[in-house]
Amino acid sequence: MKKYWRSLEELESVQKNEAVVPSIEFPTDGLSKDEIKNKYVSNRRDFLKLLGFSTAYAVAATSCQQPVRKAIPFLQRPADITPGVANHYATTLSTVDDYASVVVKVRDGRPIKIEGNKLSKITQGGTNARIQAAVLGLYDTARLQHPLKNGQKTSWDKVDAEITKKLGEIAATGQKIYIVAGTVISPSTKKLFEDFKAKYPTAEVVYLDPVSYSAMLEANEATFGKAAIPSYHFDQAKVIAGFNTDFLGTWLSPVQFAADYAKTRDLTKGQKEISRHYQYETLMSLTGSNADYRQFIKPAQEKKLLIKLHNAIAAQTGGQNLKELPCEIDVKKLAADLLAHKGASLVVSGTNDPNIQMIVNNINHMLGNYGKTLDFSRLTLLKQGRDAQLHQAFADMKDGKAGAVIFYNANPVYTCPKGDKKAALIKKMPLSIALTDKVDETAKYTQYALPNHNFLESWSDAEPYTGIYSLGQPTINKLWDTRQAQESFMKWAGISDSYYKYLKNYWIKNILSEKAVAAKDDEQSKQQDSTATESDSILDFTSGWNKALQDGVYEVDVTNEAPEFKAGYLKDHEAEITAFKKPEGIQLALYETVALASGTMANNPWLQEMPDPITKATWDNYITVSPKLAKEKGWHQEEVLKVKAGDAEVDLPVLIQPGQDPSTIGIALGYGRTAAGPVADQVGGANAAALITSHNGHRQFTGIPVEISKTGKTYPLAQTQTHDTMEGRAEDIARETTLAAWQKDKHAGNEKHVFFKDKLEDVNLYKNGYNPDDYPGHHWGLAIDYNKCTGCSACIIACQVENNIAIVGKEQVRRRRNMHWLRIDRYYSSKEDKLYSEVEENPEVFHQPVMCQHCDNAPCENVCPVAATPHTKEGLNSMAYNRCIGTRYCMNNCPYKVRRFNWFNFVEGGDYNYLFNDEVKRMVLNPDVVVRQRGVVEKCTMCIQRIQAGKLKAKDEGRELRDGEIEVACQQACPSNAIVFGDTQMQDSRIVKLFSDERSYGLLEELKTLPSVVYMTKIRNKDEEHKTEA
Amino acid sequence: MYNKNVRGELILGNKSYGDITRDILRSQEEKAPMWWWIAFAVFFVLMSIGLGYFVPLTISKGIGMWGNNNQVPWGWAIINFVWWIGIGHAGTAFSIFLLVFRQKWRTSINRAAEAMTVFAVLAAGLFPAIHVGRPWDEIFIFPYGPNSRGLWVNFNSPLLWDVFAILTYLTTSAIFWYIGMLPDFATVRDRSKGMKRKIFNALSFGWVGSMDKWRKFEDTLVILGGLAMPLVIAVHSIVSTDFSAGILPGWHETIFPPFFVVGAIFSGFSMVVTLMVIIRKAFKLQDYVTDDHFDAIARIITFVSLIMGSAYLIELFIAWYSGNQYEAYVFDENYLQGHYALPYWLMLTFNAFIPQLFWFKKVRRNLKLVFLITIGVNIGMWLERYNIVVPPAAEDFLPANWFHYASTIVDKWVYLGTIGLFGVGVLLFIRFIPMMAMNELKQQAKRQTSLEPTEAEYITYKKIIDNE
Repeated sequence: MKKYWRSLEELESVQKNEAVVPSIEFPTDGLSKDEIKNKYVSNRRDFLKLLGFSTAYAVAATSCQQPVRKAIPFLQRPADITPGVANHYATTLSTVDDYASVVVKVRDGRPIKIEGNKLSKITQGGTNARIQAAVLGLYDTARLQHPLKNGQKTSWDKVDAEITKKLGEIAATGQKIYIVAGTVISPSTKKLFEDFKAKYPTAEVVYLDPVSYSAMLEANEATFGKAAIPSYHFDQAKVIAGFNTDFLGTWLSPVQFAADYAKTRDLTKGQKEISRHYQYETLMSLTGSNADYRQFIKPAQEKKLLIKLHNAIAAQTGGQNLKELPCEIDVKKLAADLLAHKGASLVVSGTNDPNIQMIVNNINHMLGNYGKTLDFSRLTLLKQGRDAQLHQAFADMKDGKAGAVIFYNANPVYTCPKGDKKAALIKKMPLSIALTDKVDETAKYTQYALPNHNFLESWSDAEPYTGIYSLGQPTINKLWDTRQAQESFMKWAGISDSYYKYLKNYWIKNILSEKAVAAKDDEQSKQQDSTATESDSILDFTSGWNKALQDGVYEVDVTNEAPEFKAGYLKDHEAEITAFKKPEGIQLALYETVALASGTMANNPWLQEMPDPITKATWDNYITVSPKLAKEKGWHQEEVLKVKAGDAEVDLPVLIQPGQDPSTIGIALGYGRTAAGPVADQVGGANAAALITSHNGHRQFTGIPVEISKTGKTYPLAQTQTHDTMEGRAEDIARETTLAAWQKDKHAGNEKHVFFKDKLEDVNLYKNGYNPDDYPGHHWGLAIDYNKCTGCSACIIACQVENNIAIVGKEQVRRRRNMHWLRIDRYYSSKEDKLYSEVEENPEVFHQPVMCQHCDNAPCENVCPVAATPHTKEGLNSMAYNRCIGTRYCMNNCPYKVRRFNWFNFVEGGDYNYLFNDEVKRMVLNPDVVVRQRGVVEKCTMCIQRIQAGKLKAKDEGRELRDGEIEVACQQACPSNAIVFGDTQMQDSRIVKLFSDERSYGLLEELKTLPSVVYMTKIRNKDEEHKTEA
Repeated sequence: MYNKNVRGELILGNKSYGDITRDILRSQEEKAPMWWWIAFAVFFVLMSIGLGYFVPLTISKGIGMWGNNNQVPWGWAIINFVWWIGIGHAGTAFSIFLLVFRQKWRTSINRAAEAMTVFAVLAAGLFPAIHVGRPWDEIFIFPYGPNSRGLWVNFNSPLLWDVFAILTYLTTSAIFWYIGMLPDFATVRDRSKGMKRKIFNALSFGWVGSMDKWRKFEDTLVILGGLAMPLVIAVHSIVSTDFSAGILPGWHETIFPPFFVVGAIFSGFSMVVTLMVIIRKAFKLQDYVTDDHFDAIARIITFVSLIMGSAYLIELFIAWYSGNQYEAYVFDENYLQGHYALPYWLMLTFNAFIPQLFWFKKVRRNLKLVFLITIGVNIGMWLERYNIVVPPAAEDFLPANWFHYASTIVDKWVYLGTIGLFGVGVLLFIRFIPMMAMNELKQQAKRQTSLEPTEAEYITYKKIIDNE
């Protein structure tokens, strides 16, 4: 064939190509035809080989089986359980730290969430962080799961036989049997103790409150002749003066007080005035951080200051003067305010010193507060421990006068000083029993450690105030071989009934019968009592028992005579009361943290990881030191110091805390647990209870003289906030003003909002703003009132429980990887625009809860490459976890930094064994909320599962949603009702009113993110125009 | 034809075509020198540890292994990503811009520069891939077809544009680099035997050097160059929108796209110089990479440095002039005098001040200084990315959140791993690929040398002719 070519090169290329490029894919040179055939054509044998291999491979690959997890449906569904639908039961929580009537959400047989009971007049539907977190106590695997005798597992029958025998023997010899218990407010348990005493006449009950209120009882006994605490009505007070008392955080009944206090600070319902709150305290407390006027004082100054105030008021009311002690603090203003609000003021002190309490009583008396803000007609029964009795009990144990001791909800080896000596005492006792939830510091040394039910497994009742009762019912069957403590007492007292029957009988006879309606049935009940149980159900309805059980609360009228005030007592004992010894050197003040209080819940990782409302530290206790003292002594943050008080000493790191007295250091109680469980074991800190001293027979928690030395060590602290000032951005972040300014102009402090509302449309390059047409149905919103928010952090824990938020541990918190969806930013402000170390010694504090703002023009939504965080038709910024790949761009672009990333696998299978990796603890998870995998971003969903449930319910019932029907978790938990959730497009809804309130503004609104959360300008009740700049 | 070039002498020593081929291919035809083995071992170890241990560690444990936190969710990974992408601008910017502007002095450098681009972009591309929380779901970022859930990507997100831009850029750069090498592969093929010959024959796609092939070759390069030129600008502009589309003070700046592109060219050119100084020294290629080359690049670097300096000043000015308190804070309290003052002032020194030394000819001609200054520029550019990624996020709007960033050992090793990857890539390139574009050098030689055969060649040719 002829070849045509255009150029020599083309010709050349054709030839070359043939030479270089092989003609077929696989070279076959030198192979015979057969060989070629064998090499490139597969035959039957090859096919079989391949088949065999792939089968074997498939078998091998698939034999790595996923663990089988069984979900077994009900064969016969119980009448009141619908799988997937939660039941709610009212019950009562009563610990040494808290009392609350609560509603427990039970989902498929598992209690998963505690909420406040709105029917309760005490807690008024509120809770605090500890109450919110208490649900995990049920699933705490560190709980004692069977009775122990000398550390060996034993059975209840054996235990009962042995103990009954021994108790009988001891009672026969006349040796005392001490029951040392945390204050018991259960009337039926008190009755049971009486029955127990009837069997064992030498038995005696002693109450042990970890933080003593003994001095108040004594002072009231002296001045009123009644060793009882009156009820406090903060809601009636127009002027509140607090002296070393954290009544919003830990003191007496904090949930109730927060609710009452917030009522006096409310300006959303047409009020014109708010209360004025003075706080004089040594350390910066949660309560002090909310005060209008706050002054730090030395512990020793409190008495001098109170006497000065006493005399100032006495001068005006005709009372008797006490011997004045020199005091440089001015009380004129406070005295004038108090005198101007006679009968509507309240002076409280938390110091465990009867002299101080007596002065306080007299001040309140002179101001005419008794019968108004202080009320003896209903007594506070929450704290009944008397230090003297406790001393006596231990003295008797030492002397051998006591033969047996039973600890019930009491852990003296941990909560009392000289714990090791107490432990030795207990060891020596002929019979020692601990009715406890775990083998705690005390139960380690008792012969018998008998596991008590968790309150969610028990029947219970409570009488926190005289005539105000609440009932508790079990919400789950017992998880382990435990027994309710009351049943143990009943067994030993020879009462063979169940505690349920005992309790119910007691109620029907003693409590329900007090009401007129029930009285009618009294006759009936007496008959039925003796006859048959089948008529019990009739009795249940008629007696009011069912209603009381369903409501969880029950109230009877009381008509106690107010005791006469013995005004002369003070004058008679003037020398004793005004005795003063000038303290020397540095003093120590012990305090309880809002998260842990006395430390009974130390094994609760939620509480351990909750940032302290003031210091924002987690997982540790520390020495709080004022900046001035730190500078003087050359101490720096995280430096470990040795604190010595008497024989006891602790090593703790320094945390520099503005606003506290520069001659005092503070240490929190409730840390340093050694036998609370694996989580508590990871917590640093030391037990400060060892430093408690005794003064005139009273446990002294403040003004303890200490010696401090450096150790040369440092210890890392994990704070969730390390920058405390607003860098001059207060106008855009935390707006506030004074009451006077607000009364003049409702926009006071919020002027920028007016400006932005008018100008914002023009100044921003972003797309247009909120358009109601984009939201055809609902548009959810949240309003947060700074005036009511105290910063107590109940919402943080409620959110964490509701939304299955991971706990990350101290190291990760320190690296700022905490997962809280809701955080509370705490700012210090003062007149100077200075950095942390230079902040004025006594700054004002601002608490700002921040969660996802659900912006209608959200910066995070635009930047997600996979569209994992879109906007819903209801104005929510939603997260599709399954879609998220974790670029974290949204986190960067969120100006509020509310988005959280799963830095590690915190859930099942990860290295983080706090909650999510424990089969039992996982039962607390909310099945309505996805547990997030590592690598995804998460954030507040505005409790979308609750919104959905609420909508479905309304749809089911064929009606429109009602305003306030849906409550988000943070709102539900808030004791002061600072958070309101609602539909901003619903006419006349509460949220619409709050949104249009002159005080409302959006956080960083000049960015035009159009948040669905509004904040309401804080109004401080101060006189002068105070320019907050920090 | 002109023999004298305004850019100075670009090929010295009166090279013939044969000289060029021999000189350039010496690196792969001779036994590898000791230093090559040592360097290769070092980089290979870095790569193995960094990418072989610490990257799997990150993927198996989580991003928590790095120093990132809630406040600064992006850290070293993004800094390194932007840094490598910047370096990756060298090749294409060098080749294409200078090709389009007919700067013939590119010829001896562009091949190495393009190789750098490819390795740098590979190193860069690793970071976004391992930076996400769930790398196993990265498919979500592609608008892929069989999508049963009806989900689609978010075209508003700069990160998505990043994916497209980087992949396009990588592909285009690689193709451009590869096609440019075809004639040189053929040269290698012609000079080798056996397996190597087969490989290079395949690599050269059977290049025969016909007039037709040359014409197509050059056309292709020009077309690809034209396509790639906007890409050079687009890639870093888009990378910059990762920041400027954000809301953070110090990110939300309209100046960013040109600022980033210029910065990329700055770091890319500097990296080229750094590498070429080494290659020239190692392979004694003074005749091809002359002092005049460095002079020319140094001038460009000086100019770019001035742009960078101006950009820094404009940022500061706007931070003040805008009256935006957040932005003012970032610049005043973070950069100028605050927590991040050290990296900021170092950045200014390395990027804006020191390169001004190139105004002096003595400095431009002092290779040691040039080498040090260009290394300084790349340190400065790394710090610039650090200053962009970290401080604005660390101290943004709500001071309560503020938290500083500290990298971990894993961050550092992953970075070292990518340096290892880059080093291994460059060393392999030196050893196995003609490291200068011989065909272009020969074109250049046409202009710069007499093309008279040398004595030795004359004798050789004579013999051949005589034999025939």
